[in-house]
Order: sequence, then C-alpha cells, then structure tokens
Amino acid sequence: MSTDRTNRPEQPNASATNRTAPDAVDASAFVNAVDNRGDTKVALAGSGLAPGKPRKVSPVSRLISHPWFGLVIVALAVALPFIDSRAYTIRISTDALIFVMLAVGLNIVVGYCGLLDLGYAAFFAIGAYTSGVLTTTFGWPVIATIPCVVVAAVIGGLLIGGPTLRLRSDYLAIVTLGFGEIVRITANNLEFTGGPNGVFGIPDFGDFGLRADIATYWIVTVVVALAVLASARLGRGRLGRAWRFVREDEDAAEAMGIHTYKVKFAAYVTGAIFGGLAGVLFAVHQTAISPPSFNFLYSALILMAVVLGGMGSTPGVVVGAVIIALLPELLRGVENWRYFVFGVLLIVLMIFRPQGIWPHRVGETPAKVRRKPMREDDVEVVP
Amino acid sequence: MDLEYLLQLILNGLFVGSFYGLVALGYSMVYGIIKLLNFAHGDIYMLGAFSGYTLLTIGAGVIGGQASIIVLVVIMLIAMVLTGTIGLILERVAYRPLRSAPRLSVLITAVGASFALEYGIAVSFGPNPRVYPVGLGNESFTIFGARLTYAQLAMMLIAVALMVGLDQIVRRTRSGRAMRAISQDPKACLLMGINVDSVISRTFFVGSALAGAAGVMSGAYYGKIDFLMGFIIGLKAFTAAVIGGIGNLRGAVLGAIVLGLLESFGTAWLGSEWRDVFAFGFLILFLTVRPTGLLGERVTERV
Amino acid sequence: MTAPARIRTGSGEKASWLLEVDAMTVAFGGVTAVDGLTFVVNEGEVLSVIGPNGAGKTSAFNCITGFYKPTGGRVRLDGTDITGMRPARIAAMGVARTFQNLRLFGELSVLDNVRAGMHVRIKQSAFDAILHTPRYHRSEQEATDEANRWLDFVGSRGNRYNEVRNLPYGEQRRVEIARALAREPRMLLLDEPAAGLNHNEKEQLLDLLRRISDLGTAVVLIEHDMGLVMQVSERIVVLNYGKEIADGTPTQIRSNPAVIEAYLGAGDDVEEEAEKIAGLSDDQVFGQGEGEQA
Repeated sequence: MSTDRTNRPEQPNASATNRTAPDAVDASAFVNAVDNRGDTKVALAGSGLAPGKPRKVSPVSRLISHPWFGLVIVALAVALPFIDSRAYTIRISTDALIFVMLAVGLNIVVGYCGLLDLGYAAFFAIGAYTSGVLTTTFGWPVIATIPCVVVAAVIGGLLIGGPTLRLRSDYLAIVTLGFGEIVRITANNLEFTGGPNGVFGIPDFGDFGLRADIATYWIVTVVVALAVLASARLGRGRLGRAWRFVREDEDAAEAMGIHTYKVKFAAYVTGAIFGGLAGVLFAVHQTAISPPSFNFLYSALILMAVVLGGMGSTPGVVVGAVIIALLPELLRGVENWRYFVFGVLLIVLMIFRPQGIWPHRVGETPAKVRRKPMREDDVEVVP
Repeated sequence: MDLEYLLQLILNGLFVGSFYGLVALGYSMVYGIIKLLNFAHGDIYMLGAFSGYTLLTIGAGVIGGQASIIVLVVIMLIAMVLTGTIGLILERVAYRPLRSAPRLSVLITAVGASFALEYGIAVSFGPNPRVYPVGLGNESFTIFGARLTYAQLAMMLIAVALMVGLDQIVRRTRSGRAMRAISQDPKACLLMGINVDSVISRTFFVGSALAGAAGVMSGAYYGKIDFLMGFIIGLKAFTAAVIGGIGNLRGAVLGAIVLGLLESFGTAWLGSEWRDVFAFGFLILFLTVRPTGLLGERVTERV
Repeated sequence: MTAPARIRTGSGEKASWLLEVDAMTVAFGGVTAVDGLTFVVNEGEVLSVIGPNGAGKTSAFNCITGFYKPTGGRVRLDGTDITGMRPARIAAMGVARTFQNLRLFGELSVLDNVRAGMHVRIKQSAFDAILHTPRYHRSEQEATDEANRWLDFVGSRGNRYNEVRNLPYGEQRRVEIARALAREPRMLLLDEPAAGLNHNEKEQLLDLLRRISDLGTAVVLIEHDMGLVMQVSERIVVLNYGKEIADGTPTQIRSNPAVIEAYLGAGDDVEEEAEKIAGLSDDQVFGQGEGEQA
C-alpha cells in the first residue's frame, strides 16, 4: 500500500484541543512506519498502488471523452468514402477500424480488469479461421458463422482462463503468450486450416449494389462503432465496476462479496468474443488469412495501442489504436526501428505515465448525478 | 521401440533440457526474489548468442575456423560478463523505478524491454539470421547404441558445472544467503541492514550470465542465430520453471530436464511440428493440476 | 451446537449467537497463529478483540472472513457452517470487514468505492448496461443515492466524485467504513479502525461506532487504543499467543490478572498499554469525551 500517512493533514482544531494525555498507545505505529517505508523501498514488483498524485485531465482527454466527439468521429468514418474513395484509403481505414475493435476488446481484459493477455491475437485467429473455414469449405454465408465464432471464442477463453485465472495474474500473461503460439502453430500444421497457406477466397457480406470494398467498410464501421459503444457502456455498469474493483484490489473486492474469479472470467471471455468478432471482420476484409498474421507481434501491437491510449479509457484506446494502425503506413521500410521504439516507449510510459496519454477520467460529473443530501438519522437501512 | 532409440531420445531430452535449465534458472531466481516475470530473459539468451558471435567474429583471425572447446569457454565467459551487465542495467533502468508500481505496469515494462532488446538487435545486426563463424566438430561416440557428439557432451558438462556453481553460490555464500533471505521477506531484510538493491542487481547479473552462457552454446551448436531466437526459449524456460516450482532453483533444473524429456518423446510421437504446441499445452495442463510445481511449496498470497 | 459453557456473555438479554468461532486453529508452517480460539458474537453487540502484537487477532479475522482457511475448528454464522468458504460468499452472507492497512480502490472515485459494497444487491445485468435499459438507470440512481447516504452517515466531507487516494488519511478510513456498511452487514469487522487517527478523529470514530451499533449491526473490533475499546465495547475477548486468555465485560477484563500478566509480561513497549488497562478508573472509561479533555 502506498497510502502515505505523512500526507495526512493536521485537523485544524487538533491543536486547539491540545491534550496533555499522550495519544493512546499505538504499539503498531512503529511497525506501521516500518511497513510503509519498507513497502516503498523494497516492495515486491507490482505490489503497490500507483503513487497518489492528483491527475490533471488534459484538454485532449476532455475533448475525446466528450459524447459529441464520438458522434463526430462516427459521422466522419461513415462519410469517408464520399471524401476519398481510393481503394488504398478504404483498405487501410478498414484495417484501422478492425484494429480499433481489437484494442477495445483487449482493453476490457487489460484496462478494465487488469489482466495481462499477451496472446490476444489467438482469439482474433480463432474468429478468422472459424469464419474462413465455414464459409470456404462448407459454403456458409458469413453471417451464419457468427454464432459459431462466438462459441469458439468462448471455448478458447474457458480453456485458457479456467486454469490460469485462479493463479497469480502473471501466470495468465505467460500462459496466454503460450496459447497464442499454440493457436498459430496449430493453424499452421492442420490440414483443414490450409496449413501455411491458410484459407483464401473468403466471401464478403454482400455488396448491396455498392462497390464491394466500400460496402464492407461501412459494415465494419457500424459493427466497430457498436462494439466501442458496448465496451464503453459495459465499463460503466455494475460488471464494469466489478472489473475495476478486481483490478484495484482483489482482496478488498472479495471482502465486498464480489466473486473475483467469476468477474475475471467474464472479462476474459468478453474480450475473447470481441477478438473473435474482429476476426470475422478481418477474414471478410482480407478474403485470405494465413498463420503469420496472428503472431505475437500482433498481440503486442494491440497491447501497445491499449497502453498508449490509456488503459481503461475507451476514447483513449480508440485513438491509440488508430495511431498504431496507421503509423506503419507513414513509416514504411523502417519496421524494426518502429518496434524498437515501441519497446522503449512501453518502458518509458510505464515509468513516467502509466495511465497512458489520454487516461480514463475518474471524476464523475456531479451534474448528472442527482444528489439527495440526507440527514444522518434518515438512514433507515436496517441490515 | 527398441532400447537404443529410447536411450537416444533420453539423451536428446537431457541435452535440450540442459539449455532450458540454464535459462530457467535465471527466470526462477528473479521471480523468487522480486516476483517479477522477466519476459526479457529469453532475449538475454539471444544477446548472449550475439555477444558470442561478435567476439568470435573479432577474434576469428586469431582462432581460425575450428574452435576448440577451451576457446569457446573463454568466449562464453566474456559473453557471460557482458549479458550479466546488460541484465543488471535492464533491472536498473526498467524495473527498479517500478518496484512499488502495480503488477500490470511491471509486466508491461517487461514486454517493452523484451521488444526493445529484440528489435535493438534487429536494427544493429539486421533482421536476417547470422551464421556462427565457428562450428563444433561432429565427431561422436556411441554409448549403448545411442549417438552423442563430443560437443554435446562438453556442453552438458559445462551446463552442469554452471548449475552446480550457482547452487553453491546460493547455498554457501553471503550473497546467496542474502538472496534467499530476500525471497522470504524483503522488508525484514531491509531492517536487518541487507542492501536489498545490490542483492537484486547481483541476482539479475547471475541469472542473465547463465542465460548468456546458454546463448553462446546454442549459437555454437546450432550454428545459426537470429534476433527472435529468445522468444520461444523464454517461454520454454518459464514452462520449465513452473514445472519445477517457480522460485525453486533445483526445481527449475528438474523442470527443465522433465520438459526436455517430454519434448523429446513428444516429438518422436507427434512429429517435430507439434513440439511447441505439446510443450505449451503441457504447461496449461500442469498449471491446472499442480500450479505449485513439482518442488514448489504452497504459496499463500493473502492479505 | 458446541458452544462452550465458559463463555460469559456481557449482555444477558441477547440470547441469539450471530457468529460462533469454535476451537479455530491457524498454523503457518511451524507457527500457530491462532490456537483453539473459541468465542461467540451476539446479534447487535459491540465486541472487541484485543491482545499484544502478534497475538493472532488479524489472523482470526482473516479466518472468519474466509481469507485464510483455518487448519482446525469451525466457524458458524447464524448456525450455518462457513468454515473455508470463499470470502465473497461469506461477505454476501452479511459479514463486512475493513483492513488493517487501508485497502481502498485507490484510483476509483469515492462513490465507486462505496458502490462496491452494494455490488451484490445492484439489480442489473450486463445487457442492461449495454442497452441502457430503464432498469440500468434506476439501479444506478439507487446505488448513487445509497452511496451518498452511507457517506453522509460516516460523516465523509471530501469530494465524492474524485479519486479516493486524493483524500486525507482520516477521510479514507471513513470511506472504507462506509464501503463496508454499504454491504449492509449483519456483522462488521473492523481491523484497527483508529490506527493513525488523531484525537479528534478518534472521538468521531467512537460516535460512529455507536451509531453503527444502533443500526443493529454487530461490530467486532480489533483495536490497540484501550481508551476507545473500553468506552465502546460491550464485551472484550483477549488473545495472547493465539490463545484466548479472557472474555468478559470491560470491567472484568480490567481486573483480570491473566490480562495484566499478558501485557506486562509481553515486553517493555506494551507495559504502558497494560497500565492503561489496569489504571483507568470507571469514570475515565465510561465518561464522555469531554471529560477527558478537561
């Protein structure tokens, strides 16, 4: 705990009372002092809270969290084909939107619930492959594959989350890393997934009389916008609060009657579903998928988007994802430098700005909350 | 399956296991002391291979094409000092500032460190695989029908020597005692006047040096190195550490041997393309059944 | 039931036992932190658990609330065996607690912290949250109103909309109690609520404890501040070396030779504490705060 006791301001009237009797014997005061000092000096890695300095909300943060901002962005996204309808623009915009959906899904796991998933691309792969194989080998329409994708993603989530969510959070990190590899290698080795060649010729949703890529783009825009909205709303509801409680302090959450295992599971499986659905969009958009698209690097990039934007902040994560998705287009030919910089940036961010660039706003707006001040004796909650 | 084939599989397993063991030890030491999963540890192994490569390239004129084991050991020792120092710097720069930060931040930092090391090497050495300038002889001998090269035997002996050395350091020296003490209770150690920071630095040094040694040996043995070579072995080493009981050094070696043998038999059974799936699948299964590992104690992590 | 006969209840008229701790033992490796502890908590009473440092008080708390699994003995809540249950289940059954070192959700708002206590009662599904159904709006409004009521009840004056870690220490203590109260517990376990508070804050805590008791909630208190313990408790259980050495009213405890022995014998640093127990006169103990300030 980093609650610093020296922070405690003197009560203004404490000196006025000026007691002669010594403060009640607090035999634990010394031990506590030592504890506090000890914690800050030699705490085990990751056992403390972040230092309690008040956060200033940046104007950008304020702007992008404004409800109007979301509407404007959605309107712009929908209008894009009218502004610039080159195939290249539509392609990279669709890619960026799918990446936004992945980042928002991972944000549920990492940002809301504080569980580090390093193999998130595995769910992306599960979605893409389930949809791809069902449409090409069995001739299903894409829409019909969605329930199967959800089931497959949930099963994947159960397989990995089941054993590991009971353990310390770092086990989850590395097991998901292994899981990502398992899925990729399995896709590479199996016959019906097309081996190293992957699956190709995946049909789209239908062109509705439009240019095929623009039709797909609009469908992706709508799905991703709904996903972003759903994740933001989930984060503010009862379950979303429970995720944050678990992230902040599992023991305290348990003590309040929150079944932390179930709550973590819900986060992990919800994230899996988001990833799986993003996979469907990806398969439709690319029309061909192969194992190298789902390597660790991809998982790490999604994580990077979440961390950069601000873990737990939906608008921040969306902006972070757009940046990470479009950056390679601007920095062609210097991939390795880019990844090197990402790595350094992750370290620097964690040390100097762990909340990300556009962090989650903690403050609630009092205006929206109708407050009925009550006198103490009005409380008639009898346990 | 005849007996000779069985013995061959066991020997292969032990050989691979000794590599895993050297890397797993560092993983386990660091975890045992500050409960940090050092994702970058596999990359330290990669750095070891590249340091060895650089040293050999520089010294190629002096040594000639065919390196003797003694030259290799010297190179290995220098590379160990180098990687140890890098590990120490890594702890100082990336992990120490976050000693009391939330666990998630520390894990993400470790991922960042891993990325930075991998692509740092990719930037400076180029992304294509490099070929080790020296090769080890292929002369072999047979024991009970199983084939073992002298190089393999030498490497296993070096690995065993390093492991025994580490065991002695941890069990016999003052530093080792301090390490064990910190893993029990860092606060109490601070009160007892142990310089906790310097002990943690030393732990990173020793752990990274062992990984570096494994890197040099694998470079010399397999002949080819690339900047992503540490990724899979880092995962495998973690698996080994978990099987043995993370934080337990003898457990890490035991886990590495078990994993090596499992892989050897799994490969024979399923084919080499399934080797990694088999290993990680086993990790997940193992965590379900016995998360504390073969030699680990029950960990009560509570209020 | 195996309630031992030696239990002396402080207030005879309350017959129903809310909590029964029966021969509970906790051992960590070779150390027995709690050794055959047996006591009961009556419905609605204020009970203090005292004892020198390391006597096993917090371990006992952790066992009752499910954070440790006792190595022996049983814990029953209202007749139901809760030994070894998950902490969340025990909490859902009506046992709330605070922690010795504040365990608030530091980066969340004060209101959110208190809403945590209501989690099991908020009627709202994930789909309500995604679709913003009327049920969602209703339940959120109720939760906010109730959180505000509990914050008013504990007398919290800080900004409720911002991060709780920005509040001063004493305020954070209050929020932690409000959070536990929001669980609407039948029994509230407070682990050293007065630690680190100044005199004024302690007076306010005393008043708060009395008001909590008036709600009908049983309060179990671990506390080192003997003045507070003597003033607020109906009954006191004294532990030493994991064993119960006394159980009785404040007056009985003060004159209990075993208790004095335990505190005097434990070492220099707690002598003062023992003198406090032994030396306080009835007026001092039961007198109001104003009397002490004179």
